[in-house]
Amino acid sequence: MPSENSVLINGNRFSYKPGDTILEVAHRNSIDIPTLCYLKGTSPTGACRMCVVEVKGARSLVASCSAPVAPNMVVQTETPQVIEARRMVLQLLLSSGNHNCAVSGSTANNWTEFQLSVIKAEENTELCPVWGDCRLQDLAFRYQVTGERFEPTETAYEMETANPFILRDFSRCIQCGRCVQACNEVQVNQAIHFGYRGAATKIIAAGDRPYINSDCVFCGECVQACPVGALVEKDARYEARPWETQKVRTTCTYCGVGCQIYLHVKNNRVVKASGAEEAAPNFGSLCVKGRFGFDFIDSPDRLKTPLIKDNGTFREASWDEALDLVARKLGEIKAEHGADTIGFLTSARISNEENYIAQKFARAVVQTNNVDHCARL
Amino acid sequence: MTNTIADIEEADVILITGSNTTENHPVISSGVKRAVTQKGTQLIVVDPRRIRITRYADKWLRQNLGTDVAWINGLMHVIIKEGLHDKQFIEERTEGYDELEKMVDKFTPDFVEQITGIPAQELIDAARLYAGAERGCILYCMGITQHTTGTDNVKSLANLAMLCGNMGIAGGGVNPLRGQNNVQGACDMGGLPDVYSGYQKIIDEAARHRMAEAWGVETLPDQPGMKVTHMMPAAHDGTFKALYIIGENPLVSDPDVNHAEKCLDNLEFMVVQDIFLTETAQRADVVLPSACYAEKDGTFTNSERRVQRVRKAVEPPGEAWDDWKILCEIATRMGYAMAYDSSQQIMEEISKVTPSYAGINYERIAHEGLHWPCPTTEHPGTPILHGAQFTRGKGLFHAIDFIEPAEKTDAEYPLYLTTGRLLYQYHTGTMSMRTGGLNQIAPEAFVEISAPDARKFELEEGTLVNIASRRGTIQARIKISRKAVDGTVFIPFHFASAAANRLTNAALDPISGIPEYKVCAVKVSKAA
Repeated sequence: MPSENSVLINGNRFSYKPGDTILEVAHRNSIDIPTLCYLKGTSPTGACRMCVVEVKGARSLVASCSAPVAPNMVVQTETPQVIEARRMVLQLLLSSGNHNCAVSGSTANNWTEFQLSVIKAEENTELCPVWGDCRLQDLAFRYQVTGERFEPTETAYEMETANPFILRDFSRCIQCGRCVQACNEVQVNQAIHFGYRGAATKIIAAGDRPYINSDCVFCGECVQACPVGALVEKDARYEARPWETQKVRTTCTYCGVGCQIYLHVKNNRVVKASGAEEAAPNFGSLCVKGRFGFDFIDSPDRLKTPLIKDNGTFREASWDEALDLVARKLGEIKAEHGADTIGFLTSARISNEENYIAQKFARAVVQTNNVDHCARL
Repeated sequence: MTNTIADIEEADVILITGSNTTENHPVISSGVKRAVTQKGTQLIVVDPRRIRITRYADKWLRQNLGTDVAWINGLMHVIIKEGLHDKQFIEERTEGYDELEKMVDKFTPDFVEQITGIPAQELIDAARLYAGAERGCILYCMGITQHTTGTDNVKSLANLAMLCGNMGIAGGGVNPLRGQNNVQGACDMGGLPDVYSGYQKIIDEAARHRMAEAWGVETLPDQPGMKVTHMMPAAHDGTFKALYIIGENPLVSDPDVNHAEKCLDNLEFMVVQDIFLTETAQRADVVLPSACYAEKDGTFTNSERRVQRVRKAVEPPGEAWDDWKILCEIATRMGYAMAYDSSQQIMEEISKVTPSYAGINYERIAHEGLHWPCPTTEHPGTPILHGAQFTRGKGLFHAIDFIEPAEKTDAEYPLYLTTGRLLYQYHTGTMSMRTGGLNQIAPEAFVEISAPDARKFELEEGTLVNIASRRGTIQARIKISRKAVDGTVFIPFHFASAAANRLTNAALDPISGIPEYKVCAVKVSKAA
């Protein structure tokens, strides 16, 4: 006998907790229902209808992100009717603006040629900056949809470039509302909202002002949430294609929250940073410094060689010379004045391993406990 | 933090004080704002400035600078008088309650209002709100600690949490928000004058012998060393000869920078190991280039005691080295052979000699970090401290009286100055000022002042002014702001060209040695 809190999805029975949506139960059990507007951890909007499924007894298809599971519900996630509905959603979205990843305007039966032409055109900077890293494009590919079924719509709103970090390209916006959810329900900065109505709908900040003149604090949560190329990092935009970069998971170097961050690296340069959504403590969120403040890493002003001061000016020196000098001077001062006339400031900026070595050096080698750092400053 | 970052969202009431959370810990502030807007959590903010988080507060108390012990004692006075304290918790888990009760007796709401400027009824309402919570969480930052009474302030918050039984439970705790990525780790690893890694005391003979044996030396010095805030004056006196500074910029971050400059110039030998030629490095005899966080492997320990991996993403520039490698090379040249293959090998040594890190290794923290104490490799880590009992057994109440800040305003210096950070810059700007966009939004220092004060001193938006304290003078432009409280100006300390720390007072907390960055007296006048 099926238990009370169970549901049948694609013929398999799963248990659920009261309040779970169909999508949550499916995802927990590795059943892939595609989504666009759904943003984990926020209240579902059911706006895009990409996640529709067939529920036995229901009069029409159901948006799985917002439909709670009912006892003994029978769900099918990939029926011909579901697929047709998703294809329709995608066709409408692809014709809704500037989705010139060349999916639009080609036909499904010459896909290989189409792929080749896109690869050729890839140098073209008019191509969407998130080509190859776009949820809409992925889904168009998955469901083999092109954008030619409907006449493309002109975009009424101009691109916003008036701030140093985030580029807002309304021509690529599919109005899924993920950015609005991210801003209001995840970061709770409450800077952006849906504005206007109907065909004129636009995501607006502070009565339709540029981000820079609004409550926006440039955390970039909206950029990370954007499934298409409507919100992108201004600097990283045409720096690197997603497949050219390596993502390295590390810990942010600014405040003590310890956000988990991905550094996107191309040719030994960090070109972009993004939040690691899979891990505590930040689950993908970052602030403006964590997301955009990495330029110092390859600043031309970085120290590249040891420096020794002679007669008041620095000259470059070899490691051997500099290390010998430091070892000799510390040894001399210790011998002449005692170890406790020497002090060490370790650092809240360096790693645990390095702090450990620094205090070991002071205590075991120089034989002083004059070790401190700027915890108080 | 006694509790975790995620745990903040479990609270029924959150009390934030001395933390400009949205600017200094933006990602934590989001958790607070989510709790308030989505879970019905109530928020009390106690802060002199109208910082952004006050928008989300149910209660906002605006205390006079440097009067924190008074309002915290006042809250406890009301809580005890109304019988809202957790008698069972006090009885079972704590000691020293009677002295506390006696001390807070005089801190009536009216008395507290005279000291703090917080209206008596507001204090009473806030006390009822905090004490009424099943789970009350306290978040604080440098606005609490950077006072001559910093230690008293922190102990007072601990008193308040214990009084209401808010320790050792999810959604409770006393939680300092750490300002630097690895300030927790630097303390954990023994970057302090009186402890080895894991807070093993220098004066504990057994600990000292263990460390000497682990490090292969005959003896280790048995007296605690000097704090940085004591090294500086000793350098000035000439009794202190050499300083080896790693990744710090005291010539912007220290209090009374004019004095700090003289101290460093008086040293016989100074080495700076850093990623840039900072204001401090420029005065060094030898500068050694090190790799930054993106160029090396290792771990940082965050504010919630979670040990997390740092991974190498790019090669360091030129000949820059890992900091540990530089120190190992010098040690070897001084006759103590020190060599490691990797940071992982160093972590293996750390876990051997540090009980609270004994269960931590790179495999275990590959995906997600662990909270110390983590005594064995099977131990899951400790997200919430003081669960069954306090580290010392019973929680000790400290009966603490109010002491005024070290410097008060007078006829010559009629305004208070408080300092802090901005969202768009970080500490002395060594890193953040290399990003053009951050500089575009936060290009320079400013003096944040209330509109009434601006009128009183005949200053307009953008006026270039001299700001002088008893220790120095800087120039910056006036920014009239609703954030400012009458009688107090705020200056961000990031900018070396208008270093707020030329003005600040180096008066120290007698126990922690923290300087009173948050209160000093200044005068403001139009620049000629």
